[in-house]
Amino acid sequence: MEQVAFFAGAIGALGGAVAVIALRNPFYSVLALVVHLFSLAGLFLILHAEFVAAAQVVVYAGGVMVLYVFVAAYVGGFGEPIWDAIPGQRLLAPLLAGALFIELSIAVIGTALTSLDSAGPTIPLGFGSPEAIGELMLERFLIPFEAASMLLLIAAVGAVVLAARRPPLPSSNNGQGPSLEDEPARLAPATASERDPV
Amino acid sequence: MDLTWYLVLSALLFSIGAGGVLVRRSPLVILLCLEIMLNSANLALIAFSRSLGDADGQIFALIVMVVAACEVVVGLGLIVAMYRRRLPLDVDESRGLRG
Repeated sequence: MEQVAFFAGAIGALGGAVAVIALRNPFYSVLALVVHLFSLAGLFLILHAEFVAAAQVVVYAGGVMVLYVFVAAYVGGFGEPIWDAIPGQRLLAPLLAGALFIELSIAVIGTALTSLDSAGPTIPLGFGSPEAIGELMLERFLIPFEAASMLLLIAAVGAVVLAARRPPLPSSNNGQGPSLEDEPARLAPATASERDPV
Repeated sequence: MDLTWYLVLSALLFSIGAGGVLVRRSPLVILLCLEIMLNSANLALIAFSRSLGDADGQIFALIVMVVAACEVVVGLGLIVAMYRRRLPLDVDESRGLRG
């Protein structure tokens, strides 16, 4: 039963990951990543990490992916050719990825860890439950927890500053926004005027 | 299931993500591939946590998720800013800081 669940989750995760790379439309890539995240949440459940699995579904598949979908819809599906441009990239990139996989596998299997060939010790009831995780987070890992909240706040402020709408500049060509030619000319005043309110 | 299965799956997902970062040129898809890499690290952390019978690894995974959320927010902010400035959404074209 556990094997079936593991292989179902593994196939879902691998298929989602491959589909993210292989699909041309960024919108479909985002949807493939949702499949990947759900499969990983299933694997986390097999590993008795219930709270992390729930957080994965709620935060990632529910929150972060909605953000991605919004940006993909805003920016639009630019038909990018998947294989392109840099000569030799077509050959080199999969080769490097394969070499990385082989190296990681050798590193994993070559370790002398005795726990590699076991499913792990019997764990206490409530392992990975919200109660256990919350206790760890608010006692032993309180400082990382607070640092993470601080980091989230900084990232939120940074995103607002980055994506804030710029006031139209006089040099823009009849309201259509600037073209690429006058980019250096308008970058300097925009950044200078924007730095003041922050 | 043995721990090895999870670790090899995690290595495979990590290399798929790394290959995606190398191959794709749209910054949005590169961010998605980074998500795959971070999630594969999460899978390894949680597998080790199960294997040691210690829930500390799950806290690590949660913190990684927080960092990933921050990275996504800043990355998407950059993409929106690039789009607003009519810059091409192609990482090969954005080489203004190249030495």
